[in-house]
Amino acid sequence: MEEEVGESLATPAVELVDIWKRFPGVVANAGAHLRVRGGTVHAVLGENGAGKSTLVNVLSGVYRPDEGEVRLGGMPYRFRTPADALAAGIGMVHQEFRLVPSFTVAENVVLGAAKRVLRRGDLEERVGELGRRFGLATEPDRPVWQLSMGERQRVEILKALWRDARILILDEPTAVLTPAEAEELGEVLRHMADDGRSVIFISHKLHEVTGFCDEATVLRGGETVAASLPVAETDAATLAGLMVGATPLTNERPPSRTPGEVRLGVSGLRALGDRGLEAVGGVDLEVRSGEIVGIAGVAGNGQRELAQVVAGLRPATSGTVTLDGADMTGAPPRARFAAGLAYIPEDRLGVGLAPRLSVVENSVLRTYRGQRRGPFLSGSRMAAHCRDLVERFGVRTGPLGDPIAGLSGGNLQRLLVGRELSGRPSVVVAAQPTRGLDVQGVKAIQNLLVAERDAGTAVLLISEDLDELLTIADRLLVLHDGSIAGEFDPASAERHAIGEAMVGQAPETAP
Amino acid sequence: MTEASMIGLLVATVSFGALLYLAALGELIAEKAGILNLGVEGMMAMGAVSAFMAALEWGNPWLALLVGIVVGALTASVHGWFTVVMGAEQVVSGLSLTILGLGFAAYTGKNVVGRPPGAVLAPVDWGPLTDLPWAGPVLFGQAPLVYLAVLAGVAAWFVLTRTRIGLALRAAGESASTADVAGHSVVGLRFGAVAVGGGLAGASGAYLTLSLTPQWAEGMTAGRGWIAVALVIFGAWRPGRAAVGALLFGGLLALKTRLQTFGVDISPILLSMLPYVLTITVLIVISVRARNRPSPSPAALGTAYRREER
Repeated sequence: MEEEVGESLATPAVELVDIWKRFPGVVANAGAHLRVRGGTVHAVLGENGAGKSTLVNVLSGVYRPDEGEVRLGGMPYRFRTPADALAAGIGMVHQEFRLVPSFTVAENVVLGAAKRVLRRGDLEERVGELGRRFGLATEPDRPVWQLSMGERQRVEILKALWRDARILILDEPTAVLTPAEAEELGEVLRHMADDGRSVIFISHKLHEVTGFCDEATVLRGGETVAASLPVAETDAATLAGLMVGATPLTNERPPSRTPGEVRLGVSGLRALGDRGLEAVGGVDLEVRSGEIVGIAGVAGNGQRELAQVVAGLRPATSGTVTLDGADMTGAPPRARFAAGLAYIPEDRLGVGLAPRLSVVENSVLRTYRGQRRGPFLSGSRMAAHCRDLVERFGVRTGPLGDPIAGLSGGNLQRLLVGRELSGRPSVVVAAQPTRGLDVQGVKAIQNLLVAERDAGTAVLLISEDLDELLTIADRLLVLHDGSIAGEFDPASAERHAIGEAMVGQAPETAP
Repeated sequence: MTEASMIGLLVATVSFGALLYLAALGELIAEKAGILNLGVEGMMAMGAVSAFMAALEWGNPWLALLVGIVVGALTASVHGWFTVVMGAEQVVSGLSLTILGLGFAAYTGKNVVGRPPGAVLAPVDWGPLTDLPWAGPVLFGQAPLVYLAVLAGVAAWFVLTRTRIGLALRAAGESASTADVAGHSVVGLRFGAVAVGGGLAGASGAYLTLSLTPQWAEGMTAGRGWIAVALVIFGAWRPGRAAVGALLFGGLLALKTRLQTFGVDISPILLSMLPYVLTITVLIVISVRARNRPSPSPAALGTAYRREER
């Protein structure tokens, strides 16, 4: 391995230089860099929203960068479509598999790279042989819908190998795999790198990165914060620090209050994730009146699912959720809302707001029952309610009858948070409430949550921004692999210790 | 029931079956690519009137058939432009195409209503085969379009299941982003499928005015385009099964006009309902089976595809 590395050092197999990519309301990549040498497995690390997927989608031709350059083997390339990138030898295994469930394995593998006329038997034979060569066992004539997630992923990798991709990108490949399957995948990737190919491995699971990657590039907020770190010379805690941002505290902590009685109780809670694997594995926590309990953790460790179960959007497989002592485990979202729960969802425009409805309509989505005159909604009452929200929460908008799609991220979030808080909740569950906002937006939302706490509300704050949690949370719980891996006092906790809990290293075994 | 009338029924079954099959095959191809085109009735009417007028003008039935096919494809391209290129709602566009096609056909054809045909596609003479009892008239005494329908069915089956372009086309209908990422042009595949489908619907319409009832009258497509749409579902999006369905539905059409001759006292309106009742039954069977396996309907059917949406 070592001597190969030496000769390919001069011209990296892949170079992404100063990539910018903007989407309405979001800057996904703000001058990101990536250099990958041939014959290596290169990890691209970062939290959700750090711009990893966007960056590799630029490399695979799905997105065109607004600025920046893609170089392969030192030559500049400009991909207009995924087909261009494919032709240049770039194969991508997407997070959401790009497979046709009703097609057979063989049909999926050859799609886009088949001979003019397909001869059955022959096709399956050749796909099967390719799989055996790389240690990817498949049944080429099985339809894909019958396959497990791990098997589907093998089909995806086979697709790239079928086209003889020299550069293989895997977008969070282990998210859908069992630990044994993930280990197997690591061996396959190693095998491919030893074959002279470059593998780009996107992940936020640090033990995998340290397990089978050669180098790591870390992204945060769309920028490269660490480029091509040799994995052998670093450790998981350092990488975790780079991912979540290890800048020293600059914010003053607002003074805490003495917490009151328990408002939100969660005990023994278990729930499944979208892919049917257990995402929340026995969580116990309680949030008292007048305190903010922060949930830290690397993305994908069950935070999202925990928030959804508490909000009533995802069924619990066991355990209980109580609001003010009343069992709400099976209650629908509306009953929880009536019982004083406010939920600020992670997916602002998907779950929280309806992009094509007006500012007024969005502002009454939760409380429209209170805006009636007789059986009908009253336009003037809704407008008054909306104007009140806009003023109190400082939302900057155009005409209130216009669709909210034109509002900036910060103003959307103010409107959403304002709407949720205006119902005078006793419990607030906020999932990533400041993600993607600018500095003022972040500050404004944090102040609202603190003010809410000071008014006696119990706040459960789920965030991937450790600084935010250390600034405003009164207690900090770390979620790892679906369960609580540690509890810290944000005023005195050591960042290093929190980082270790986030990557699943129990404090006593840490170096 | 005499032997002659029985043979007559079977001959008509095959004729009507081919008429439905041509249009259904076109719809099947478009739907396999993910585009629902409810404008079959309109495309048939356009094909029918243009073929009839071309036959009057030039007296050549084959040229007239070609005109019908091309006009059908052009009519479908309107739908293709709106739904594939612009990403418009497919149901709305398709329904509009039916109304537009029927209206436009009635308007352009108003001077040729009731005129004797300029040319007809006469039944093919298969020599001694045509003289066989039963099989002769039923299988070997048909108009050329019946045999074209059979050829088109076999070709569609082969292309869809055994060629690269068929694989790409089906992928565009199952998961457009997958086809796109694999390097196929989703717009090209879908537009092509819609246009070819329109050509087949046009051929079906031309078959009406050049062979089956060689004259033009407003509304002569008489809802057969809708039966063709139902037939695609009945055939579970497979050319082979659709052929069986076409014969079954064709038989129902043939029987409808002959009920009185056979002295059966059933309202023909009940028979007209049967294709739809059968189709709904098939839909129910499909949905029940879909609980543990994917439905045979193309997964991306009816959805527009835009690449950079997120």
